[in-house]
Amino acid sequence: MTATLIEVKDLKKVYGVEEDSAVYALDGMNASVDRGEFAAIMGPSGSGKSTLMNILGCLDTPSAGQYILDGRDVSGLSKDDLADVRNQKIGFIFQSFNLLPRLSALDNVMLPLLYDTREAQPQEMQRQRAIAALESVGLGHRTGHHPNQLSGGQQQRVAIARALINQPPLILADEPTGNLDSRSSVEIMDLLHDLHKQGATIVMVTHEPDIARHAGRILCVRDGRLISDGRGGNNPCLAREVSA
Amino acid sequence: MNYSRILRIAWDGLMLNKVRSFLTTLGVIIGVASVIVMMSVSAGAEAAIAEQINSLGANLLIVSPMRGIPGASRTLLYEDAEAIGEAVTGIVGFSAEQTPAPQTIKANGITLESIAVVGTSADFPQVRDYPLAEGTYFSDEDNDRKLKVAVIGSGLAVDLFGEESALGQTITVGNTKLTVIGVMASKGVVADVDYDGRVYVPINVVFQKFMTTSLMNKDSVRTIYIKVESQEKLDSVTMQVQNLLATRHDVDPAKPDFTIQTQQDVIATQEATTAAFRDLLAWVAGISLLVGGIGIMNIMLVSVTERTREIGLRIAIGAHPSYVRAQFLLESMILSLAGGAMGVVIGVAASILFGAFGGMRTQIVPLSIPLAFVAAAGIGIFFGYYPAGQAAKLDPIVALRHE
Ligand SMILES: Nc1ncnc2c1ncn2[C@@H]1O[C@H](COP(=O)(O)OP(=O)(O)OP(=O)(O)O)[C@@H](O)[C@H]1O
Ligand SMILES: [Mg+2]
Repeated sequence: MTATLIEVKDLKKVYGVEEDSAVYALDGMNASVDRGEFAAIMGPSGSGKSTLMNILGCLDTPSAGQYILDGRDVSGLSKDDLADVRNQKIGFIFQSFNLLPRLSALDNVMLPLLYDTREAQPQEMQRQRAIAALESVGLGHRTGHHPNQLSGGQQQRVAIARALINQPPLILADEPTGNLDSRSSVEIMDLLHDLHKQGATIVMVTHEPDIARHAGRILCVRDGRLISDGRGGNNPCLAREVSA
Repeated sequence: MNYSRILRIAWDGLMLNKVRSFLTTLGVIIGVASVIVMMSVSAGAEAAIAEQINSLGANLLIVSPMRGIPGASRTLLYEDAEAIGEAVTGIVGFSAEQTPAPQTIKANGITLESIAVVGTSADFPQVRDYPLAEGTYFSDEDNDRKLKVAVIGSGLAVDLFGEESALGQTITVGNTKLTVIGVMASKGVVADVDYDGRVYVPINVVFQKFMTTSLMNKDSVRTIYIKVESQEKLDSVTMQVQNLLATRHDVDPAKPDFTIQTQQDVIATQEATTAAFRDLLAWVAGISLLVGGIGIMNIMLVSVTERTREIGLRIAIGAHPSYVRAQFLLESMILSLAGGAMGVVIGVAASILFGAFGGMRTQIVPLSIPLAFVAAAGIGIFFGYYPAGQAAKLDPIVALRHE
């Protein structure tokens, strides 16, 4: 097993087919993240952060370039194979939680297991796993609650439990605290921090320098390119945000 | 992937909007119910026709007085029947029949009220394909000599004499004592006539003893049945009878005071009454199923739109497009099959009610029930396929951004 978990090479994403209306959301992105790293992606609005996250999360495919996840080039996979990659290799945490309102917290957490094409565990074992995942995010006492009975922070914790349930090697989070107040944000960041300490690889988009500082590494994106990979000293993204 | 769990998801999806789901199935319910009723009406009509043929005997012509002409019911005479028997070629025999008012019958210490008496000529068993169980039928001579004999239906024989043989017993019909010389084979109730409960008497005895109303010509007959040798000779015999009777009655053959029907005519009138109803039901069934299917498709499209975010999320966490398609196909199939099941229940109930109160023979066709389910499932798949495809091809990023 190599140290590199994800690597993108000359990644491009073009929106619009005609030459004059074409938008290069990603314009030759090169980056890599090692196992066990906690990387934050920062950059101004429209710089291509979400576009990158969607490709990293196999929700979208690049127009050009390569994406290697866990040693496998996933750029040209079929829809079904991409679905399996999303299910088994990636835990995605969304800004707007995206819990299913009709399902209890427990059922929401179990959802990825339903679509796991590997050999299925007995239902009872899956339940136990989901309960354990909810306990690990501090919601062991809320398993039967529905999303509308939970606070925003609690909902995001359910979403994190859902992202963890299949023990994916990669956790992606696009502005996970974007819809939360500062206190809930701190709780979520503490949780991600703990996950990182336990060895998880996390890539997170954020606008807030305070949040970004939780990460060991800050990737700065501008106009669809990586302008700083945060391993050096001065980070242009942090500097800009602070001065703003 | 576990299909019972997809089924569960589909079911939950439908239970989200119970009333809407039920209303959506109405078209299928009506359509399937119509199919069931239509098939049971058809089967009932066919059974009635088969019985009719059975009760009349094959290759039969039925001569009756023309309805709607004043006095015509008195012009068809027993002599006409005898003339047909003598002059017309290609016939096996004839049976003239007349039915007086029901009579009281006494025998063996038992009195039965209101028993149907039928006057016939000697060929009756042969012409009507209605054999005897025991004894003999009266002969032409017996009829000519107005012999006081009777042949009784098998049910009546049991009612009057039980285990004892009826042969040789005396029964009093009205005021006339008749000797039982035969018992007919059991035939049951056909087209509302209880053949087993009747008394068959030489028609000349009927004229003499039972046609007491002065309004009636003493030897007019209600019907002359003519058994023709073969199907091919039906037309020729019809022509001969037509000309013979027209001459005898001194009427224009184009405006007769009698009618000659073949079995096909009888069947045709019978079929015409049910065919109209059956065709109507076929249209109702077809249109309801089509509208029902479109209704399901419509609701499924609405449902896919409403649940775009949900679908997007399911795809985002790893649902294959085929699972999403299966989920929505199952939803539309549950809708159509539930509609089918309710339609079967309503259709069966309606068939029974039509049979009991609608003046229409119905007979539920067992095959129509699986057929209805297959049709319902087909509708679910056909009309669910497009919406399910729409769901399956959703782009998760777009779907998750959907409000
Ligand atoms: N579906 C699309 N069609 C056309 N253009 C798009 C589409 N999605 C994104 N873009 C464009 O691509 C660029 C990058 O968008 P992206 O959402 O990645 O930005 P972002 O860095 O996430 O911004 P923010 O910080 O506001 O979330 C933007 O110019 C955007 O307008
Ligand atoms: Mg974004």
